Amino acid sequence: MANQLHVEVVAVEEKVWVGEAEMLVARTTEGEIGVLPGHSPLLGLLKEPSQVRVKLAGGEQLTYDVAGGFLSIDANGVTVLAESATPATPEQH
Amino acid sequence: MAAGQVQALRRRIRTVKSTKKITKAQELVATSRIAKAQERVAASRPYSEAITKVLGALASNASVDNPLLVARERVRRAGVLLITSDRGLAGAYNANAIRTAEQLIAQLKSEGKEVALYVVGRKGVGYYRFRGRDIAASWTGFSERPSFADAKKVGDALIEAFAAGSETEGTFGPDGIPGVDELHLVSTEFKSLMTQHAQAKPLAPVQVEGQDEEPEGLRPAYEFEPDADELLDALLPKYLNTRIYAALLDSAASESASRRRAMKSASDNADDLLKRYTREMNSARQAAITQEISEIVGGANALAAAGSDV
Repeated sequence: MANQLHVEVVAVEEKVWVGEAEMLVARTTEGEIGVLPGHSPLLGLLKEPSQVRVKLAGGEQLTYDVAGGFLSIDANGVTVLAESATPATPEQH
Repeated sequence: MAAGQVQALRRRIRTVKSTKKITKAQELVATSRIAKAQERVAASRPYSEAITKVLGALASNASVDNPLLVARERVRRAGVLLITSDRGLAGAYNANAIRTAEQLIAQLKSEGKEVALYVVGRKGVGYYRFRGRDIAASWTGFSERPSFADAKKVGDALIEAFAAGSETEGTFGPDGIPGVDELHLVSTEFKSLMTQHAQAKPLAPVQVEGQDEEPEGLRPAYEFEPDADELLDALLPKYLNTRIYAALLDSAASESASRRRAMKSASDNADDLLKRYTREMNSARQAAITQEISEIVGGANALAAAGSDV
């Protein structure tokens, strides 16, 4: 429980995904960032366009194509806010 | 005469019936649209809550000299975004929105500001075009089911006009958009199925909620990637677009609710008319029959009397 990261992926028109994950990987305008549980608070603008990867506990991975997005990390977890977020075609593993 | 009256009434009943079919159908469509619009309002809420929170945190950290945040010293021209519907038959919905906009415009003018009008929805466009008044820009075709892309289109144009500002008299921006120094939004707030309220709100310069109240160490010390000012530059337009999107959704729900109510009273009224006309027709028909019988009886009596005389 303590080692789980609360992740919310929220698009303007709907909440895309909410849940617990091991790790979240995203690419901000500055570079790639991996977020583990307990990360210090951060606000980041995501690169345009970019992908956000959510690594789940079971080794599974969710990938979203994100446009116009940014990232907010606070004590409660990570929130990815995007103008649009769609599940990417799951080819990679 | 009586037969003609029955005919005329029958025709009116048929008219009222077909009108009622239309209003009833509109009522049902509007009812289902309200539910859908409300769902979309609810679905958009997480994002707008999150962006408001983030912006609050950001604004307290960044230097507050972003052009979208600072009130201009001299406001020469103000932009007003009015949200109306594309179709009529929605009761007082459009009239209320337009009246609220007119009040706002009158107030702005009394403060010595020029007004640039931005209109969403065919009804608003029609109102101003009919009166020969200038519209800076208009968007139509999505009032009942606005998407975020629509809101973004509107928002980007407004932000561009706002960023241009009205530095010099009569100058227009690069693509003919007149610059403005402040932005107002007139939309219809969905309070409940029975109450919708047209209201005017300032849109820009942006008032970030929670920016003024000092959180006193409760707010986490955020890191920023890129730095706070740059982030603010990127987020403020998104925030404005979100506000516009929320207003469009709220107005869409209000439009449907207003239409449902108008169509319901039209259907009820049609029912009343039908009842009255049916009664009138029945009594006219009865009167015609009674008259015919009395004529026959009268004729027969006359014949009988004439026969017995012979």
